Amino acid sequence: MPETRHVSPKNHDVLLLVGTMKGAFVLRSSKARGGKWDVGGPYFAGSAVYAMAYDGRAGRHRIWAAPNSMHWGGLLRWSDDFGETWTNPEEANVKFPEGTGAALKQIWQIAPGLDSEPDTLYCGVEPAALFVTRDAGESWSLVEGLWNHPQRPRWEPGGGGLCLHTILVDPENAKRVRIAVSTGGMYVTEDGGATWRPSNKGVRAQFLPDKYPEFGQCVHKVVQSKRNPDRMFLQNHWGLYRSDDRGESWNDVANGVPSDFGFAMAAHPRDADTAWIVPLESDEFRCTPEGKLRAYVTRNAGAKWEAQSKGLPQKGAFETVLRDAMAVDSLDPAGVYFGTRNGKLFGSADEGKKWSVIADGLPAIVSVKAASVSLPRARKGA
Amino acid sequence: MAFLFVIPGPLRELAGNRGEVRIEGKASTASDALTLLWSQCPGLRDRVVTELGEVRPHVNIFVDGESIRYAGGLSTPVRDGAEVVILPALSGG
Repeated sequence: MPETRHVSPKNHDVLLLVGTMKGAFVLRSSKARGGKWDVGGPYFAGSAVYAMAYDGRAGRHRIWAAPNSMHWGGLLRWSDDFGETWTNPEEANVKFPEGTGAALKQIWQIAPGLDSEPDTLYCGVEPAALFVTRDAGESWSLVEGLWNHPQRPRWEPGGGGLCLHTILVDPENAKRVRIAVSTGGMYVTEDGGATWRPSNKGVRAQFLPDKYPEFGQCVHKVVQSKRNPDRMFLQNHWGLYRSDDRGESWNDVANGVPSDFGFAMAAHPRDADTAWIVPLESDEFRCTPEGKLRAYVTRNAGAKWEAQSKGLPQKGAFETVLRDAMAVDSLDPAGVYFGTRNGKLFGSADEGKKWSVIADGLPAIVSVKAASVSLPRARKGA
Repeated sequence: MAFLFVIPGPLRELAGNRGEVRIEGKASTASDALTLLWSQCPGLRDRVVTELGEVRPHVNIFVDGESIRYAGGLSTPVRDGAEVVILPALSGG
């Protein structure tokens, strides 16, 4: 096994949690985000890590990861010391209850709840289902309201499998949660998960005879503004959308992009009109158009998208950025980061004006999350 | 009856850091024998079988040298003194 290194973050440092097909990495920088990043890992070498998350609520500085061994299956593990040690629960903590007839294939998403409910986290899995913990991860349970939804048997797997990959807890209402499934579309609950309804009005399903069905869209990623939760963006399997009514309806905003196909999407931490994507050429080729690696940003809610390529390879760069491999930090100006299936991790400390390589030669990157470290103050004399 | 279980390296942490676990008890099938193993090393169960009770697709179990995939699956008969070997399948990517 490879040698494992660790990082030692200080308060206010920026962390990048990078999940790859062969393990997890934790990268650290000061909040200036210039120069070289420290690289910790690989953790869980050999296991695919599709989902990671940072939980800084209630005085924690906990890193979550979902390693999935081809041989031994998947589960959730956490570290309270930035990766030096990880829990390894005897019993798999996320598994389908008896009677469902289902077995966990992959954990695709880990999402902490609001600060007002610091012991709540969600995780989205394949086959498409949502799990929740109300005790900070000690125990997880299937959200039965979604599992028993009458439309669920008609969801179909996309290329990556039948996965629940996006979880958005409404910043103003912890009981309102949105999820997205490939291929099932987006669903919302207003009652904490008891009942769900589809929320795909205006989103195209290129691969169905009815192009605008109630559900069944292949939604790739959805983001929501924390400042103005009515504003959302959606990257579809063909289609780029904006909602101004919290996902109740969607409008096509593929203006100025070389392709409206893609996976990754990230919202600005403060400006509801700003979001980033990385378009891909088509659902067959799934690489960056013209061999040019470009992020695209809109600063006017999708009226126009502009390429951001300074510092990114513009020749022979046939890269793929997957649905969870793009992230934004909460600093000002915001840092934007993405990883490619060729194992390159790029970052910008100025909202995409200039990019640089943070790491090269990693295994195929499937997930990137950014977080600011908040450590409890040391007590005097401690 | 007694059975000898051979534990693969990645799972030994969940078997008290043992490479071999000897257990006495009654078992007539591979499934019975594995249940004895789970009772002593509960952390092994979810790594070897899914929540549906099926052996994970990339795990092989051998009873006295024969893969249970070709000998009746979890219903494969086990004799007193059988050796049950758990191994990761030859797969990867």
